[in-house]
Order: sequence, then C-alpha cells, then structure tokens
Amino acid sequence: MKVLVPVKRVIDYNVRPRVKADGSGVDLANVKMSMNPFDEIAVEEAIRLKEKGAASDIVAVSIGPAKAQETLRTALAMGADRAILVQTDDELEPLAIAKILRAVADEEQPGLVLMGKQAIDDDSNQTGQMLAALWGRPQGTFASKVELEGDSVSVTREVDGGLETVSLKLPAVVTTDLRLNEPRYASLPNIMKAKSKPLAAKTPADYGVDTAPRLKIIKVSEPPVRQAGVKVGSVDELVSKLKALGVA
Amino acid sequence: MNVLVLIEHEGGKVKDASLATIAAAGQLGSVHTLVAGEGDEARQTAEATARISGVDKVLLASDAAYAHMLAENVADLIVPLMADYDALLCNATSNGKNVAPRVAALLDVMQVSDIIAIEGERTFKRPIYAGNAIATVEASDAKLVITVRGTAFAKAAAEGGSASIEAVSGPGDAALSSFVSCETQASERPELTSAKVIVSGGRALKDAATFEELIVPLADKLGAAVGASRAAVDAGYVPNDYQVGQTGKIVAPEVYIAIGISGAIQHLAGMKDSKTIVAINKDEDAPIFQVADIGLVGDLFQIVPELTSKL
Repeated sequence: MKVLVPVKRVIDYNVRPRVKADGSGVDLANVKMSMNPFDEIAVEEAIRLKEKGAASDIVAVSIGPAKAQETLRTALAMGADRAILVQTDDELEPLAIAKILRAVADEEQPGLVLMGKQAIDDDSNQTGQMLAALWGRPQGTFASKVELEGDSVSVTREVDGGLETVSLKLPAVVTTDLRLNEPRYASLPNIMKAKSKPLAAKTPADYGVDTAPRLKIIKVSEPPVRQAGVKVGSVDELVSKLKALGVA
Repeated sequence: MNVLVLIEHEGGKVKDASLATIAAAGQLGSVHTLVAGEGDEARQTAEATARISGVDKVLLASDAAYAHMLAENVADLIVPLMADYDALLCNATSNGKNVAPRVAALLDVMQVSDIIAIEGERTFKRPIYAGNAIATVEASDAKLVITVRGTAFAKAAAEGGSASIEAVSGPGDAALSSFVSCETQASERPELTSAKVIVSGGRALKDAATFEELIVPLADKLGAAVGASRAAVDAGYVPNDYQVGQTGKIVAPEVYIAIGISGAIQHLAGMKDSKTIVAINKDEDAPIFQVADIGLVGDLFQIVPELTSKL
C-alpha cells in the first residue's frame, strides 16, 4: 500500500514569531524554518507502517516555495521513498492545498494519506478534513494511534473528553496529533542517501487548480501584551492575594 | 444574514462552547441551530436548545448515523441544509474542528478558523502563530464557514428562548466510517474550557502519583478544573484531554494557577487570556513569570502542600 504524506515548511517551533511593523504579516526573513512538527509525526508514522510491512511506498509532497525542497529532503532522509514539490511562491490557503492534494491523490492512488492535524503557522486545522471531503474518503483526525486492519484503519483520536476510536474504510485521510509517535532524527548516511532519491517538480497549474485566495488579510497585529505582575515572597502572601480575588 | 449553528451536546445537554457560538452567531444575524444525534438524547438536546436565548429555530436530525457525530455523516447532513443559510458556525473544539472543514470543502468555501472577534459581516479576527499574531481577515466566498473560540465570546443565556423545533433528515450513514469506542473519564470537576479556576501542572511534578498528590487536593479546595502542560501529558502524568495549549485546550478562566510550568509559547497560547495568572516555579527566569500577575519563586513540593493547607 502506498502512503502519501503532505509536509509543510513552517517557522521552527522554537522561534518566537514577530509581527511586521507594517501589519502585513509575520516576519519570516532570516528566521529558522523547519518541517511542521505534526507533519514530522506523519512521516514517522508512515515509516513505521513500512517497517512493519504494512506500507510499501512512501511519497512525500510539499506545496510551497523552492526552499520547501529542504523539507522534502528531510522527509526523504527520515525514510520516505520519493517526493513531489508543487512549487509556488504564493501563500496558498488550506482549501487550495486540499484541491492540489486531491489531484495528487488521484494520480498517486495512495491507500492512506497521513498528514499533520494543523500547521503551526496559520493554525487553521483544515487541510486534512478538506482533502478527505473533496476526495470522498473518510477522515481520522487528531490521531494518537493508527492500526491497519485489512481494508480498514482503526484510528484512536484525541478528543475533548478523552480518546475516541473510529474505524475507517481505506483509502482514508488520517491527521496526526502530538502523541502518535516521536519522530526519529535522520542519520548522516540517510541524509546523504536522500540527496539521490527522486524529487519531482510540479506547479499548481499542472493540476489545474485555481489557487486564488478567498480570504483577504486586512492586517496582522500583535496580540495584547500581558504585563508581568508582582512576585510574592511567601505562601501566606499568595493566600491573601487569592482571597482578594475571591477564589479562596 | 441567516446563520446555522451546529450544536455540540452530551447526555441531552448543550455544551457550554455552543452557548458562546450561539452568541457569536447572534452578532451576524438570525440564529438557527442544528441538533444532530439519536433518540431521546437528541430530542432532549433540541428542547434545551429551543430554550436558549437568541435561538430562533431548532433543526433536529435524529438518526443512528449521527449518534457519534461522525464527520462524514454530519457533513453530508449539513451541506444540503446550507442552501437556506449564509453561514455555518461551529465550536472550535475537537468536534467542530473535525466537521466544519469537511462541510467547507464540500461547499467550496475557505473556512475561517477559531475566530475571536467579529469586526463586520465578513470580517473576523483570528489568532495565528500560536496566538503570537492576530490576523484580521475578510471572507469573499458566497457562504461563510466559521469555527468560534468559545472563550472569546460571552455565553448566550441557557434559558429565555422559545424556538420552534423542526425535524430534518439527511442521507444517513455514508458507510465510510464507524464508531468503535470512547474512553472518557467521568469527573465531578468543572470542564476545563468553562471552569472559573484552573490548577495546572507541568513536568516538574515528577510523576503521575506526585501530580495526583499535589495538584488534585489544591484543585479540590478551590473547586477548580485540572489542566496540564504538554510535557506533563507526554510524560504520562495525566490523560491527553488535560492539555492546555496551542494544540490542546484553549482556556480563559478567572484564575489560572500554573505550577511547575516553565511557559513555552505553545502553552502560553492556550492560557494567556486568563484574567489572572498565578505562577509557582523554582526558576525565577521561567518565561511563565513574564505573563503571570502573581508569581511565587520556590520549591513547589513545599509550596503546594502549604498552600493547600492554608486555603
């Protein structure tokens, strides 16, 4: 079974984002970029399925600027077999991404799509669900456990009340949550090997997808800043502060 | 504008997050609600929804296919209903986040996720980059699909309305997915997302037993909900649904007490709209103190039992 893993190049999760002074967005110039952490978990899960013999072929796909190649090379170094870069310098919205992924899925015919539940830049949490809808397939979102069972997949989901398990008919889309696995680091030999793995270059036009934005960004601003308050010196002082707040 | 709100419910009761979403919908126009579920539970929920202030009509879809809110079935129910509505509003909860984008894609609409303010009929504010930036966006699609951050809107009153209830039906089971089981912990505590006080613990609590020993009695004393940082959940001290943060629950209680939590930006994203933040940490340079209103530097293993006994 082929597994398709969409990955996104985003600001590194350790970097504190800065809003541009002109309010047009977040400043990404000279900022460390990495693979979206949830996508890394998706790549890892695909590799584990392959190691168990459940997956045969792992295809990583990224939609973004030329530099998203680095993100794809990371996926290849971790263990993906080949990659597709759908190159565009525009910032595409989840709906447009989902349409491109659907076209890729039509071409590649994967048995499973594994992808991050959200990207840590725009925090939309939409693309997987949208892909599943457009592709007419079931979705297992926020997965903390994925088990293939013949022609279906059992997905344990992290939901507000705890954990929920659903069974999905394959092919399906599964989006990963934090506790699905701990992604491996690519070894140096694998990083070297990844350089010669196939990486196909495409554009959104190759898939006939209209990527015009539907949301207009009016402005991006700083959130209200919280001022640090006071430090108290003892538990007694803390107790009296809490009492003053009416909680004790 | 005609707005449809997808109601989230459990045991015949409407979840608090839906009250906030109804209030947000009221800012846009006339509010109809959809209760999807099965049997008595769905009927009771519909009756409770009809009494919510500001609700003009309740659509009730009762079918075994909707008992567990499977996104595939619920989306197929909502899409044809949207012929009569200009906007769909769902909670930005695990449930709403699961269903809404599926509907949006089928309607060819770009969803606006996790809104925190309504600036105009088509203009909304939403946090991006873990709340480190706030984007103001204007939607151009003919219809709107929106998820609403419950803590950002006042809740509609649970009583005072007298809406009519109308039965609707959809295609039923899409036969793509099925519910297997759920593990939820019944708790007497308030829900994290609607609690007035939250006591939250981090990795410094050492292990599950220590977390239970120190955090729970303090929460009991304060009638508080219990939360945790990602590190504490990853380390297995508490279940996943305790997690507060960018990808966990977003909370905004009156008082948030962070114990042994350093304050990674991903955690701050989930709690920095709390009215008062109290931090207890042994590292005086921990980032949590940059947002805390009241800080106490010291050893939590001494401070927390002392605090619990003195309250």
